[in-house]
Amino acid sequence: MTDKTAGGDVRLAGISKHYGSFTAVHPLDLTIPQGSFFALLGASGCGKTTTLRMIAGLEEPSTGTVSLGEREVTHLPPYKRPVNTVFQSYALFPHLDIYENVAFGLRRRGIKSVKKQVEDMLELVELGQFAQRKPHQLSGGQQQRVAVARALVNHPQVLLLDEPLGALDLKLRRQMQLELKRIQTEVGITFVHVTHDQEEAMTMADTVAVMNGGRVEQLGAPAELYENPKTTFVANFLGTSNLIEAEVLEAGGSDVLVGSADARLRLPAARCSTTPTAGGKLLVGVRPEKISLVHAADEDTVAAGRNKVRGTISASSFIGVSTQYVIDSPVCPELEVYVQNIERDARLVPGAEVVLHWNPEHTFGLDAAQDIDAGIETVEEGA
Amino acid sequence: MSAPATPAQAAVAAEPPVHRASLRKRLVPYWLLLPGILWLLVFFVLPMIYQASTSVQTGSLEEGFQVTWHFQTYWDALTEYYPQFLRSLLYAGTATVLCLLLGYPLAYLIAFKAGRWRNLLLVLVIAPFFTSFLIRTLAWKTILADGGPVVGVLNTLHVLDVTSWLGMTQGDRVLATPLAVVCGLTYNFLPFMILPLYTSLERIDTRLHEAAGDLYARPSTTFRKVTFPLSMPGVVSGTLLTFIPASGDYVNAELLGSTDTRMIGNVIQSQYLRILDYPTAAALSFILMAIVLIMVTIYIRRAGTEDLV
Repeated sequence: MTDKTAGGDVRLAGISKHYGSFTAVHPLDLTIPQGSFFALLGASGCGKTTTLRMIAGLEEPSTGTVSLGEREVTHLPPYKRPVNTVFQSYALFPHLDIYENVAFGLRRRGIKSVKKQVEDMLELVELGQFAQRKPHQLSGGQQQRVAVARALVNHPQVLLLDEPLGALDLKLRRQMQLELKRIQTEVGITFVHVTHDQEEAMTMADTVAVMNGGRVEQLGAPAELYENPKTTFVANFLGTSNLIEAEVLEAGGSDVLVGSADARLRLPAARCSTTPTAGGKLLVGVRPEKISLVHAADEDTVAAGRNKVRGTISASSFIGVSTQYVIDSPVCPELEVYVQNIERDARLVPGAEVVLHWNPEHTFGLDAAQDIDAGIETVEEGA
Repeated sequence: MSAPATPAQAAVAAEPPVHRASLRKRLVPYWLLLPGILWLLVFFVLPMIYQASTSVQTGSLEEGFQVTWHFQTYWDALTEYYPQFLRSLLYAGTATVLCLLLGYPLAYLIAFKAGRWRNLLLVLVIAPFFTSFLIRTLAWKTILADGGPVVGVLNTLHVLDVTSWLGMTQGDRVLATPLAVVCGLTYNFLPFMILPLYTSLERIDTRLHEAAGDLYARPSTTFRKVTFPLSMPGVVSGTLLTFIPASGDYVNAELLGSTDTRMIGNVIQSQYLRILDYPTAAALSFILMAIVLIMVTIYIRRAGTEDLV
């Protein structure tokens, strides 16, 4: 399945979109490398779908240009772009059977012998025996695969996926994520995937662009974004972060020392998104799974040099592989800690005095001038 | 010991009312059907039987009519009035095609492009129903009057030369010609075409248009391959709602036509009310019904709308 046209990167240069006085997408520069699996991640209304539709040609940008490889396509109508979309609602043609749905794009381009290509594509998505069915006779997951097949059969330079898994239940969604990833590796086409599901974006994509309020907040590999968020929005939207408001006590060396309530915490200067200055404020972040928990009576067992915070367990929930604790601490009223259920300490119940400790290397610093709660619970918000 | 027995006793005691309730429940659909069935029985089935019996009677108004199973009436009616039958089907067919050609773009516009004007436009479509059918048709008599502005314009544009060549008009007259009758039919039945078309177009998910565009279909191809096939239920019901009443119509031919444009409706009307030949009138009605029924059945089979979602 090799492509005859060398694709080239997708380049968005200063594209923006206004609807009247509302700005859906602020001027945006983005280069999506050829053959990559790229995710646009954000809450609804953040401009990710609008960005995707501008690449597809379904929306015309208010400013800026869209290029595919060397070719500028900003003002080309969708039917002239070598780009195909998998729509959120699938948008399968209800009056055509699965075979004709998949053959639609090929026929429109005047390709006479579509049989082999359509059958191969239906095999790829494991729907060979459903060719004669109508879309409404298939399950949601099968319809989703038809939508993928219908787009991919055209060997587009770029495949755009608009929340393609949104309508599926969790188990099927996990399965389809792996399936899409497999197909992408197999066909080697650039995939641009829009989603509000951070787990989905991280599982599938090579590069994730986190969008918020019509802007890209941060762009990078999933692990990079997760470990080194540059803003509170990214820290909170991608997984969970414990953010502690702290005062910088010592700065300038390779480590920064900060203080919050009675705790003294260290973090590498390289992991600060701002340049901390002594006496200034800093938001100190640590992921819940990096933290270890011991009962206050065992405080001496904590190795020297680790960041330590005292607190009281206010809630715990057992979820099988791990237990999630919420700790009330002087530095932050709701610290989250995920502990693997390897050896469970029976004393760690709500009300127990505990000591939280973690490797200072796992601590990151954010600019304190931001909203500490940005990105929390924004998933359900409409705009 | 008595506690466990109580539910069982209660169940036994409650059994007969439960049974009666379920019976009553099963009868509910029939109760709901009853008014409609009674209505149809009195105002449709009984008149039909009466007409059927009239069509095989012989006699005269003075001597009274007797059922003589005289089926010859059907044959006589058909051989005598087949030109009017053919004319009815031709006029109704032409009017239906014109309604489709005029109505489709309008329904498309209302469904996809009208935005906030949608409801206003729909009200305008049905606005003519606020005045009587008869008055509106009479108004067309004025519009198409000899020497009137419409005729003048059509004459200047040489449209009348073309319609005259087609046998639709004579000389520089429009009134009392086939064109006038077809125009009247088209006008009067247009809303019956637009409304079902609108309903089926409006149901089409506009994302399908985007999907077709995304799959290399230019707008005209999208219309041909996606929009039009999906609007077929509306096309079928619109054409039926136009063609069936138009083929039995007599008001338009009566008011806008002449003796040369008489449709079968006019014949039936005059047989009943002027010539008072009830058997022939009844036979003509049944023949018309049969023709329409056969044509509609073939049409629906061909259109294959049951295949559409």
